Amino acid sequence: MAELWAEYLWPALLIVLKVVAICVPLLISVAYLTFAERKVIGAIHRRKGPNVVGPFGLLQPMADGLKLMLKETIIPTGANRAVFIIAPMLTFILALVAWAVIPFGDGVVLANINVGVLYLFAISSLGVYGIVMAGWASNSKYAFLGGLRSAAQMVSYEVSMGFVLITVLLCVGSLNLSDIVRAQSGPLGMLQWFVVPLLPMAVIFLVSALAETNRHPFDLPEAEAELVSGYNVEYSAMTFALFFLGEYANMILMSAITSVLFLGGWLPPLPVAPFTWVPGPVWFALKIAACLFVFLWVRATLPRYRYDQLMRLGWKVFLPVSLAAVVIVAGVVLTFGLGPGMK
Amino acid sequence: MAETQIKNLTINFGPQHPSAHGVLRLVLEMDGEVIERADPHVGLLHRGTEKLIEYKNYVQAVPYFDRLDYVAPQNQEHAFALAVEKLLGITPPLRGQYIRVLYAEIGRVLNHLFTVCAYAMDIGAMTPMLWGFEERERLMEFCERVCGARLHMNYFRPGGVSQDLPAGLADDIAAWADEFPRCIDDLEALLTENRIFKQRSVDIGAISAEDAFDWGFSGPCLRASGVPWDLRKAQPYDVYDRMDFDVPVGKHGDCYDRYLVRMVELRESLKIIKQCLNEMPAGPVKVDDRKVAPPKRGEMKGSMEALIHHFKLFTEGYHVPAGETYTVVEAPKGEFGVYLVSDGSNRPYRCKIRPPGFAHLQAMDFLTRGHMLADVVAVLGSLDIVFGEIDR
Repeated sequence: MAELWAEYLWPALLIVLKVVAICVPLLISVAYLTFAERKVIGAIHRRKGPNVVGPFGLLQPMADGLKLMLKETIIPTGANRAVFIIAPMLTFILALVAWAVIPFGDGVVLANINVGVLYLFAISSLGVYGIVMAGWASNSKYAFLGGLRSAAQMVSYEVSMGFVLITVLLCVGSLNLSDIVRAQSGPLGMLQWFVVPLLPMAVIFLVSALAETNRHPFDLPEAEAELVSGYNVEYSAMTFALFFLGEYANMILMSAITSVLFLGGWLPPLPVAPFTWVPGPVWFALKIAACLFVFLWVRATLPRYRYDQLMRLGWKVFLPVSLAAVVIVAGVVLTFGLGPGMK
Repeated sequence: MAETQIKNLTINFGPQHPSAHGVLRLVLEMDGEVIERADPHVGLLHRGTEKLIEYKNYVQAVPYFDRLDYVAPQNQEHAFALAVEKLLGITPPLRGQYIRVLYAEIGRVLNHLFTVCAYAMDIGAMTPMLWGFEERERLMEFCERVCGARLHMNYFRPGGVSQDLPAGLADDIAAWADEFPRCIDDLEALLTENRIFKQRSVDIGAISAEDAFDWGFSGPCLRASGVPWDLRKAQPYDVYDRMDFDVPVGKHGDCYDRYLVRMVELRESLKIIKQCLNEMPAGPVKVDDRKVAPPKRGEMKGSMEALIHHFKLFTEGYHVPAGETYTVVEAPKGEFGVYLVSDGSNRPYRCKIRPPGFAHLQAMDFLTRGHMLADVVAVLGSLDIVFGEIDR
């Protein structure tokens, strides 16, 4: 019995606890991201944003969540019931499982696997299925068009995103996310983050992240002005809430990946005294918040792309540029012997 | 293999669509995302305005004009007031005319702000909407201060305006007119040179000058195609002939040019507003004719004749000599015309309204064919459609 406990139950319990320790703060940050979004956009619009429920409106996300939980889930008559219900679950689950490989600090990671980048890439590629399934299962023309759009969009941006990842991997020589962060550490601090040598790639990655998460100006699958609400037009109550949470969890995830790849993850801006006192996860959180702010800022400022323009940007601009960057980075790394194991 | 018929995707765009600008029902036949045919259906906001006007006396008809294009109500009142004045053969005093031009231009600013911001919203930029509406709010306060109503003013009457400007209002409008260019600059900073905005509007829904004539375009939509036709210049009414302003024209007649024309017109309207405020003479604001304009309250206390005039005006109204007129004004959306037929009684025999939006809406199919679904929204926003006036 003791053996069973020590060998199986205790590790299992430990993993469950770790998962809870990641998911609960994540869900809370998702809730407050929606709040931050409304406040930030409110400030840009010169209005107040939510300020009624609780002090400074801080309980607004809770009220919203409660409302969605208490509402009736409506399933349209013509809908494919099973797929209709599985789709939001899929979106939500995929948005959460990706967090397994994200390093919050040095060694603070649920699964420190050597194919972390591939795992993330695979999970984010699967994310499109939730939306396509929702668009198809709703049996509504608007939702259908939204699903079609999102399939095309996510596929086209994934390609250039992949090439951007390759440039980073060329500099690191490992697919392990913790190794990627460690490769950015050094006496120069911020200047050694990959955002400096690979700035164009970082920009492409962030823009692709906007497209990948269906955020403004690429929110075509749910373009309100054209498709009313796109793929989630038929959803209500918790099924809608799951899409909503999934989208925002994805935003946080993409910001986290951007921080890990280009902004030095948990590393402090300078490896000297006052900065090193602050624990790594705090730096990581700050970097994520900075990226998230860009998401919100962009949403309040820019108009929306048209479907074909978005495809053009993906295939005709980002793809060639990132492909060229792979060649250039590889060339530079090889010529100057900068690559891992070349010194 | 048997031959199969591929059916196009048909979408019912509206009437409960967030970008339908009210109650437009647009049946779109699409090949994927490309529009094959756009079929606008009208009539969902039909209230029988024209028929109702036939059963009201002339003054009672004015509020119906507010409810046509409810984005800029005063301009419609203006057309009706001018039409009745033409039949009655009266001219309002100079101050009344200046006030009317002042408020007509405020109406134009109200409308163009709304259109430009709603257009930006339609193509996905939501911030201009909120910035623009703050200014609209200030303008509506000016409307409220002069007549008590923010939106449906019922202020322009045959023979002038219902009451004079209250003390201090002219100064406040002048102060606003000095600040407002900053708001226009802010909006332009967000939109005019924005690459996404340009990609979404340049060459979208383009129409040549010739086609624009054929489809009955007027106002900014016609001027965007390069035709310098503005009724304020072509056949000035009230004191527009004294005003110094330019008529902006576009080149390509696409959504972007329509947007630019409106932005320039905002600044031109501001010029007119300033001129009105500077040049406005003192004096009465409505005709001194007791058969048309009610007497002063004080006068009624002492004069039996004034009391009778008041009683007659507010029960029977006035009789308008038999005749007919087609009177047009340059409303913000284009040529707004009133064809008024009088049979000599106190009620119009017929009042046909010519709204500019109706002609613009019928070109939807022409403008959007071959474009994509997202362009339908952009074209619709740039045409400046308001269903109050289209469905009447």
